[in-house]
Amino acid sequence: MKLTTFKFPVSILLVALATFAIGLYGSLPWWSFAVTNFLISIAIVQKPWVSFLAGALGVGAIWAGLATGIDMANHHLLSTKVANILPLKGSYVLLIIITALVGALVGGFASLTAAYLRKK
Amino acid sequence: MRLLPFFVSAVVTVGLVSVLNTQLPIGTSKSPKLGYFLSPQQGFWKNAEKVDAGFDASLVANELKGNVDVYVDDRLVPHIYAEHDEDAYFVQGYLHAKFRLWQMDFQTRVASGRLSEIAGADKLSIDRFFRRLGMVYGAEQTEQYINENNPVMKATVEAYSAGVNAYLKQLAPEDLPFEYKLMNYAPEEWTPKKTYLFLMFMSYDLTGRSASADLQLTNTRDYLGYDLFEKLYTNQQDSLDPIIPRGTEFSEASIKPIAPINADIAYLKKQDPNIAASKVSESPEAPDKNNGSNNWAVAGSKTKSGRPILCSDPHLGLNLPSLWYEVQITTPTHSTYGASFPGSPAVIIGFNDSLAWGVTNAGRDVLDYYEVKFKDSTQQQYWFNGSWQATTNRQEIIKVKDSADVVENIAMTQWGPAMFDAHYQNPQSKGRNLAVKWTGHNASTGVETFYKLNRAKNFDDYMNAISLWKCPGQNFVFASKTGDIAIKQQGSFVARWDHQGDFIMPGEDSSYDWQGIIPVNENPFMKNPERGFVSSANQKSVDPSYPYYLGTASSFPLYRGISVNKRLHTMNQITAEDMQHLQTDNYNVFAEVARPALMKFIDPAILSADAQRMVKEMNSWNLYNNENEKGITIFKLVWDSVENAVWGDELTGSPIPLTKPEAYVLIDQMNKDTNFSVADDIRTKGKMETLKEQVNIGVENATRQLLALEKEGKINWAAFKATRVSHLTKTPALSRLNLPIGGGVNIINATSEAHGPSWRMVVHLTDEIEAYGLYPGGQSGNPGSPYYDSFVDTWAAGKYYRLLFLPKEKLIAHPRTKWHIQFSKS
Repeated sequence: MKLTTFKFPVSILLVALATFAIGLYGSLPWWSFAVTNFLISIAIVQKPWVSFLAGALGVGAIWAGLATGIDMANHHLLSTKVANILPLKGSYVLLIIITALVGALVGGFASLTAAYLRKK
Repeated sequence: MRLLPFFVSAVVTVGLVSVLNTQLPIGTSKSPKLGYFLSPQQGFWKNAEKVDAGFDASLVANELKGNVDVYVDDRLVPHIYAEHDEDAYFVQGYLHAKFRLWQMDFQTRVASGRLSEIAGADKLSIDRFFRRLGMVYGAEQTEQYINENNPVMKATVEAYSAGVNAYLKQLAPEDLPFEYKLMNYAPEEWTPKKTYLFLMFMSYDLTGRSASADLQLTNTRDYLGYDLFEKLYTNQQDSLDPIIPRGTEFSEASIKPIAPINADIAYLKKQDPNIAASKVSESPEAPDKNNGSNNWAVAGSKTKSGRPILCSDPHLGLNLPSLWYEVQITTPTHSTYGASFPGSPAVIIGFNDSLAWGVTNAGRDVLDYYEVKFKDSTQQQYWFNGSWQATTNRQEIIKVKDSADVVENIAMTQWGPAMFDAHYQNPQSKGRNLAVKWTGHNASTGVETFYKLNRAKNFDDYMNAISLWKCPGQNFVFASKTGDIAIKQQGSFVARWDHQGDFIMPGEDSSYDWQGIIPVNENPFMKNPERGFVSSANQKSVDPSYPYYLGTASSFPLYRGISVNKRLHTMNQITAEDMQHLQTDNYNVFAEVARPALMKFIDPAILSADAQRMVKEMNSWNLYNNENEKGITIFKLVWDSVENAVWGDELTGSPIPLTKPEAYVLIDQMNKDTNFSVADDIRTKGKMETLKEQVNIGVENATRQLLALEKEGKINWAAFKATRVSHLTKTPALSRLNLPIGGGVNIINATSEAHGPSWRMVVHLTDEIEAYGLYPGGQSGNPGSPYYDSFVDTWAAGKYYRLLFLPKEKLIAHPRTKWHIQFSKS
């Protein structure tokens, strides 16, 4: 197998790690992962739609994972309330999906932008 | 580089981020910044606490003088053991902030007219109202007075503020309380002034009803004319059982307030009414008429143990996070436990190792309006005592989110701020220029009363502590381990002549001014009475032989006091458990009086079959407002409909809401006068209606509503009443709704829809104090914590927690002690 076949999983992993790491700095804006996604996508050249997917999956996975972990430890106390405010009929599952989707969309487009920058 | 796709993709990315980083309009409010709010590392997810999270911590604070150990029990109540008094308040401030930061900030924003700053122009009318009422002005008076005259209180409040700020300083942005993230703003530094603003809010909540009631009552009098007014709004309460029993002799008044000679005409307007045109601006909801409370103490002669038992349950708006926060404070000078206010140092209602105390609202009128005449539209001069006097201009700048600042220019007169003028009117003020005079504006050392009560050792200390209390006037109940019980109504009370201040007063000269503040030793008071108990439930404190006028009868609910005293008279061999049952008692003494009066006029022969069934059910009801009773729902709707049928035509013709006569007025009329002239419905001209007809019309009207309720399955009392504990923003998802609880207005268990016993406490003054209590909330203000509403269900069920009040070593060893937070100097 060629080294490039590892590009996709590696870029997902890198995106996820960078998203998590930069998210630890609470005084930086919430969308800082868009910048790290952009940089990773510049460093690892892939087809635009592959880059998009890697960026979206990386951020989406880390956001979904973190939210799910927090929510289970919290016995859905807060997510149920928020899912009634937003309004998602109190469904914490839907709230986690939307959380992941928001992260994934921003992350995906940030990666896509960088991919077009590199594409010849 | 692919220029076009790159460009499009970049725009989409930036666009997405911007939209998710903006508060979008939803109806009249705004969404959170969704990207931020949903971020698992910064947004609301960070506020979702692990349900089994611990609270152990070790903290360093240079501001401390020594070490402080806080042990936290299984209900998240902190027990503070400090080597120095000021350190204890530092830590209390820190803990209030740790668990209730948003609430403290929000409540002081309301008090100081700064809601628009975070919520936008929508809240401007509320902000203007509080600014013009002089809330900030009053807090400034207190701050200045304490800074200049009271070094101990200054140090106490400053230590408390430093504790709040120490918490703020270490607070990471991602750990901001949930509501800041939801509404997108940030906390700011705490200051002593904010503590005084919070206490101003309590003054407003407990004495500010006059700010709307006086206007409404004036308009009602003008609308009806004095003769009819006097008949319907009589202050005479025949069934009153006052706090100080009837027949008690009072010492001669040292101030003899005299009504001005022209009062009948110029003030009471015992002549034809003249009605002015009206216009504009909304006020915040007036303080709840039922803001009140029960408290009582029984002497050893009536208890099983031979020791006194003291009970206190303040009735206030029920909110999450709660107004109250439980705490134990132990230092070398004292040891105390009870409910504290997040926002203020010390314990407010509680006990120490020698005695216990509690408060109910006195309800006395301490806020008046004076109508002033300005020379011209600049409002720089006003007419007073025969010449033009200069006003001073007070500028209040209201910041408004997404909009320009609003500046309130308030003319300050010798009465106080000219709240209503050409720039500020509401439908009730009717174009008048009104200055407000309120004891709440005066400098007050209210914190000191609680500071001293926390440390009081005996009856004399209690009397000394409460003698400092000014506003809001309270009934302070007291009981000590040594067997004393006492109650005293204390506050700055105006020495009034009859009806002084019930209505707007002429303000062009000093003849309508207050003629003095009643000396402390002439305030109603009782110690160790023969009957073995003292009590108060917001009724009038004294019978008419008391030499000063108390205020309009509508400020003094009549029936709860009758219930409490009736029960206490007959109870003996009392235990703490008996007292819990009394605090949660649902007997309806009002219905006991009103139902037979209604039945006298109800004629089944002319009623529909459904109405007959309802009447039958109402009449067989056991008179308890219990959760599953139907009779009380029927009774309530029938009574309300009858009141509407009787008063409706008198009052609904007015373009502005008028004051409804008190229930006892109608009952008295039903009992003695079947040809009650007001019963005639002027809408049906030419036909004299009898009270009997009105009552039966009322029953039929109520029946229609009751049938609908029956269909919806909401006829049982708790389902109908739908008691809720609302989040301070009124967001339903953060509130507890439809609680299964009985009680209601006029009931000892005074739980109505959104109002009721906000802290129930029973203290048995045995050698080792046996105390029970709880409030409908939880120690944590975080909606993401299991401790957010952990007491609510227990409270609704009428159950209590045993309060842990122990010396340090015993508390450490107690099985309910869970965590340790250590504060050290370095």
